[in-house]
Amino acid sequence: MVTLLFFGRLRELLDCQRLPLEITSTVDVASLRQQLADKGPHWQEFLSLQHALVAVNQTMAQEQTLINDGDEVAFFPPVTGG
Amino acid sequence: MIKVCTEDFDLGLLTNELRKKSPQSGAIVNFIGLVRDINHGQSVSKLFLEHYPAMTEKVLTDICSRAKARFSVDHIDVIHRVGELDLNSQIVYVGVSAMHRGDAFNCCEYVMDYLKSEAPFWKKENQHGQQIWLDANPTDVAAKARWEQ
Repeated sequence: MVTLLFFGRLRELLDCQRLPLEITSTVDVASLRQQLADKGPHWQEFLSLQHALVAVNQTMAQEQTLINDGDEVAFFPPVTGG
Repeated sequence: MIKVCTEDFDLGLLTNELRKKSPQSGAIVNFIGLVRDINHGQSVSKLFLEHYPAMTEKVLTDICSRAKARFSVDHIDVIHRVGELDLNSQIVYVGVSAMHRGDAFNCCEYVMDYLKSEAPFWKKENQHGQQIWLDANPTDVAAKARWEQ
């Protein structure tokens, strides 16, 4: 089981803050995006590479970063603090 | 000192604390970011700041570690507020003490440039009663890039 988190505009657009997800084997970020795109057209658009950054266990991740059981994966828009 | 909180801060107190723990420093540079009333031509009446609690302090700590490795500074203090903020409120504080002012100025800018493009905070503005999530600003990306040349 991995825990998916969504922040900022993404959290509102997807109407989802936290989503537990069963994974059967280790996947990378790119295939997780693909898997989530199956949840609907909104998910496909909003979780696309240009709209959503990804952090795995609170560290910025790349498309090839591997996700293991127990990991926390966060999707969020480009940051706007300061 | 790195802190993410909802409460306001007092620049005078923070500067004194930084000064007292930096007896070897000859310079302190402070930066404060504020909620302004106009953004991209739209009037703003309030700001809401969201963050990713588990990640925020980790990223800020990492930015400060990199800054300390790059510049000759004694201490870096960072405070970033979250939650609902009124116009003219203080959002962020960066205080740097160093032996010489050049490193203090550069380090303060470096920390802010990386904070703005790496720390997981998101601003939502109230513009004429509408809640608008802000987009990342391309000038912030350019500001960070100059440290990577």
